Amino acid sequence: MLKSKTFLKKTRAGGVMKIVREHYLRDDIGCGAPGCAACGGAHEGPALEPQPQDPASSVCPQPHYLLPDTNVLLHQIVSAWRPGTWASVASSLRLPGSLETYVEQEQGENANDRNDRAIRVAAKWYNEHLKKMSADNQLQVIFITNDRRNKEKAIEEGIPAFTCEEYVKSLTANPELIDRLACLSEEGNEIESGKIIFSEHLPLSKLQQGIKSGTYLQGTFRASRENYLEATVWIHGDNEENKEIILQGLKHLNRAVHEDIVAVELLPKSQWVAPSSVVLHDEGQNEEDVEKEEETERMTAVSEKMLKPTGRVVGIIKRNWRPYCGMLSKSDIKESRRHLFTPADKRIPRIRIETRQASTLEGRRIIVAIDGWPRNSRYPNGHFVRNLGDVGEKETETEVLLLEHDVPHQPFSQAVLSFLPKMPWSITEKDMKNREDLRHLCICSVDPPGCTDIDDALHCRELENGNLEVGVHIADVSHFIRPGNALDQESARRGTTVYLCEKRIDMVPELLSSNLCSLKCDVDRLAFSCIWEMNHNAEILKTKFTKSVINSKASLTYAEAQLRIDSANMNDDITTSLRGLNKLAKILKKRRIEKGALTLSSPEVRFHMDSETHDPIDLQTKELRETNSMVEEFMLLANISVAKKIHEEFSEHALLRKHPAPPPSNYEILVKAARSRNLEIKTDTAKSLAESLDQAESPTFPYLNTLLRILATRCMMQAVYFCSGMDNDFHHYGLASPIYTHFTSPIRRYADVIVHRLLAVAIGADCTYPELTDKHKLADICKNLNFRHKMAQYAQRASVAFHTQLFFKSKGIVSEEAYILFVRKNAIVVLIPKYGLEGTVFFEEKDKPNPQLIYDDEIPSLKIEDTVFHVFDKVKVKIMLDSSNLQHQKIRMSLVEPQIPGISIPTDTSNMDLNGPKKKKMKLGK
Amino acid sequence: MAGLELLSDQGYRVDGRRAGELRKIQARMGVFAQADGSAYIEQGNTKALAVVYGPHEGMGQGWTQGSQLKGARGRHMQDRERKTGGFVLEIRGSRARALPDRALVNCQYSSATFSTGERKRRPHGDRKSCEMGLQLRQTFEAAILTQLHPRSQIDIYVQVLQADGGTYAACVNAATLAVLDAGIPMRDFVCACSAGFVDGTALADLSHVEEAAGGPQLALALLPASGQIALLEMDARLHEDHLERVLEAAAQAARDVHTLLDRVVRQHVREASILLGD
Repeated sequence: MLKSKTFLKKTRAGGVMKIVREHYLRDDIGCGAPGCAACGGAHEGPALEPQPQDPASSVCPQPHYLLPDTNVLLHQIVSAWRPGTWASVASSLRLPGSLETYVEQEQGENANDRNDRAIRVAAKWYNEHLKKMSADNQLQVIFITNDRRNKEKAIEEGIPAFTCEEYVKSLTANPELIDRLACLSEEGNEIESGKIIFSEHLPLSKLQQGIKSGTYLQGTFRASRENYLEATVWIHGDNEENKEIILQGLKHLNRAVHEDIVAVELLPKSQWVAPSSVVLHDEGQNEEDVEKEEETERMTAVSEKMLKPTGRVVGIIKRNWRPYCGMLSKSDIKESRRHLFTPADKRIPRIRIETRQASTLEGRRIIVAIDGWPRNSRYPNGHFVRNLGDVGEKETETEVLLLEHDVPHQPFSQAVLSFLPKMPWSITEKDMKNREDLRHLCICSVDPPGCTDIDDALHCRELENGNLEVGVHIADVSHFIRPGNALDQESARRGTTVYLCEKRIDMVPELLSSNLCSLKCDVDRLAFSCIWEMNHNAEILKTKFTKSVINSKASLTYAEAQLRIDSANMNDDITTSLRGLNKLAKILKKRRIEKGALTLSSPEVRFHMDSETHDPIDLQTKELRETNSMVEEFMLLANISVAKKIHEEFSEHALLRKHPAPPPSNYEILVKAARSRNLEIKTDTAKSLAESLDQAESPTFPYLNTLLRILATRCMMQAVYFCSGMDNDFHHYGLASPIYTHFTSPIRRYADVIVHRLLAVAIGADCTYPELTDKHKLADICKNLNFRHKMAQYAQRASVAFHTQLFFKSKGIVSEEAYILFVRKNAIVVLIPKYGLEGTVFFEEKDKPNPQLIYDDEIPSLKIEDTVFHVFDKVKVKIMLDSSNLQHQKIRMSLVEPQIPGISIPTDTSNMDLNGPKKKKMKLGK
Repeated sequence: MAGLELLSDQGYRVDGRRAGELRKIQARMGVFAQADGSAYIEQGNTKALAVVYGPHEGMGQGWTQGSQLKGARGRHMQDRERKTGGFVLEIRGSRARALPDRALVNCQYSSATFSTGERKRRPHGDRKSCEMGLQLRQTFEAAILTQLHPRSQIDIYVQVLQADGGTYAACVNAATLAVLDAGIPMRDFVCACSAGFVDGTALADLSHVEEAAGGPQLALALLPASGQIALLEMDARLHEDHLERVLEAAAQAARDVHTLLDRVVRQHVREASILLGD
């Protein structure tokens, strides 16, 4: 049946346009219930469960499907999602397009009413349809709506209908489900004191008008970690330099939450403020005294030039709420069902939730979602989503850090897994198309011990003409991950594999990462090979890229490979191959360093895990062997060769990686620190930096060089992915290469997958797809990848920090030697080489008399009483675990040597009251 | 393009069709008695009218013949113009010379001022109309057995009454019917259809909404019996790897159009023969 729709539309220019659109109503959409003879179930796979599990509802005892209306779906789906509870969601959305359930908008009926009626018609149709299907199998569709009128009308029409709350309450099996409902009911808010705290948010249309005319500014709201009454808004748009606006005070923040997109209005200059340097945490349980607490702390006299543009939030353009991890602060009032929830992230306000299980949730990490923030409420309202487990438990904490760093870590969905190759898998004729057979080559892989996702393998052999053939073979992941399917989308979303101390969160399902793509020895694997012909001076004569099939002859660890190279009596193919590679790698490295590549250093540690409990029992700094740098050298070479190739082929949309040179001001700290040791560091070019770092040696202080390199690392910028058509600075500063990309680890980085696809198209081994040559899409991918990489790094660091805590928890209090990395106004930052641990020693505490501190910015040094601290000074610190704040346990360090009366703690006392009353650390003037 | 989902997860297009489905086609032949052949076609909301004159004596070099013709028809048209209020299939004298070995195919395309949502200023003679006329001419020179009528001319006038995507295809299909109605011998039907490419799927018979989204767009005129291509045109970029699929979708759609047109022709012939009383 054909329906034509005619409507009038106002065009952008202001004219009125008539638009005619036709719409075909179909008669071939199945009901989705399997076994339905009438529909044949032919068109889609069954969407409904064959026999809905019995959720044991007291209002509806027989098995049934649920049909939530759009509002219920929108607001409750996240909160109430549990397998088997909402079975029929997917199919209900499809129905309005079907012939039987099409509903014409009636005269005087608005769009919402029409939708409601359409859903009712659908529910009715479903009930009749299911009745026809089988008489004995009394399946029913229950309509769930929160709209009172809608429900009444539904019952009138003979459709069993309930409100969401009614239905969930009636579920006898899951009483705790009620807590998870988003509280949107109007009654919930009425109890609040009628006093209106916040000014109203303007509607979107007004905001857009205002933004267009320039009265309002659009930006991302960033709450301050240190002060809950302060936030900054990063204004979008690049016409000016990234403009930052300060917001101060609850009222001006006006219910915006971290990461929201907001519209702000600038205040007149007379009301501008300077960023306060005070640490303020929202501790008040009391909701009434909003006004008082605000005005007291601020308004210290500030100089004129410190003032920054100040504004207030007038409206929210887009909320970016997500479920937050944190802990429940149980209400003082007994029997109360309302409690405050304190998120782990200090930038998120506390959230009021309603729960009956407060006592069981106490001391647990839980997840809460925000539902709304009424004008008369001090805190946003939310609902409980999930209980993660006890605080301090390893699983719980891992989950928390994954959630807080937005690392997607759920198991792969069925849809994603469906795109995996079927096992047992073997290489077919079709796979061999456009592929070279390199199984005869003596290829081996060199990786850290215990590595299961081997994505690179190497070979080297002498050619008849005396030159060397060197091959880097990378797992051909793009052969398995086809563009656009669910598997591809999921990997693109994850962006990278995240390695935590005891866990790996894969980017691609395990079947691929540890089996089919992993270049294990003695099996045939698909690879993407980059093969060079080189002379003995490691000069590239010819470069060839090809898809291939390889059969690795050995999977070695770095240590094993080193042993083979070193032992004189081994002369098999693999060993000669390794020796050849090693020789070339040394030349390559030398050449690279001559060009000005930096060798930086960061204290990396590895935990030795107890095999039973997975508790860390010891720490070890990572060792570096010759073979590490051998593999690295060839990976770099492959990446650079590939980058050149894809940029040559796709000048506008090659995915590359750049490392911008840091602004000179970044180096200040390094230069000053070196000067205090009478060393000079030149920073004008990468090469001079590398050279001066090499020369910076002190015979009496061998660790100094490493320290300098660690400091230099801190001065660097972040390397980022970008699309070649969107940028014109390709230089990679750290590697001193004019062009660079990532090609060599497609199992754990999505960027490499894209690069593989680009390269495959460039050599004609694979076909392209529209998104691949769309530079805006590519730029979006880069943005996500950069974000995920950053988050993965943070998560990794957080994981190391947590394990360090566990380690010191078991170890008790220890004293260790440390070096000063930075000197701050009221503290020193030290590095303990033994553990690779960095920490801050504070010299000011709230309940102690402040010592006399003199800070010199120029040297830099800090004089406390009579002792002067310089950067790189050796000190001795005591390390202990501070668990005074359950949510944020941390390592605390205090000074032992040199002894300063009143500051350092004597070496022998260990009975400090660590778990005493909360001590708030004030971090001033940063 | 943002916000508009051209192909839903369930595989439905904006107007409820599946990827390979055509819009509803309705057609009629012999809509005008005065012309030698005429036809009207609706493809969804795209509606087109085609009129064929000829084969008649080609307009020679001299203006006498042409102006005579013009004069005769001019009067006739003034008449019609009055009746229809400006909507006229105007004939512009072709300055081309008659060809010694085959018939000259003269095509003119115009679209009514009311064919689109916003009223058009100029019904014909703009660059787009000229291009479309040339394309139609190419198409029909390939299909009509022109060598049977040397030194003569065949005029095909097509007007789009309502445009909702796929105007070229509708014009070709209408013109085919009109040429058949005029009884001019052709190699085969010429059936045309457009196709696009969205999210890795080839869509047949694009509507205006889908065309406006700006993806690649392919117009194909096919001689279905032999599978020969009379005209193939593509806008926007499409990687060659996908071309075959899009082409196949368009060809399949054109074959579907052929089935429908064939039915229309047979129906028309049946009706005509009843009228003749055979």
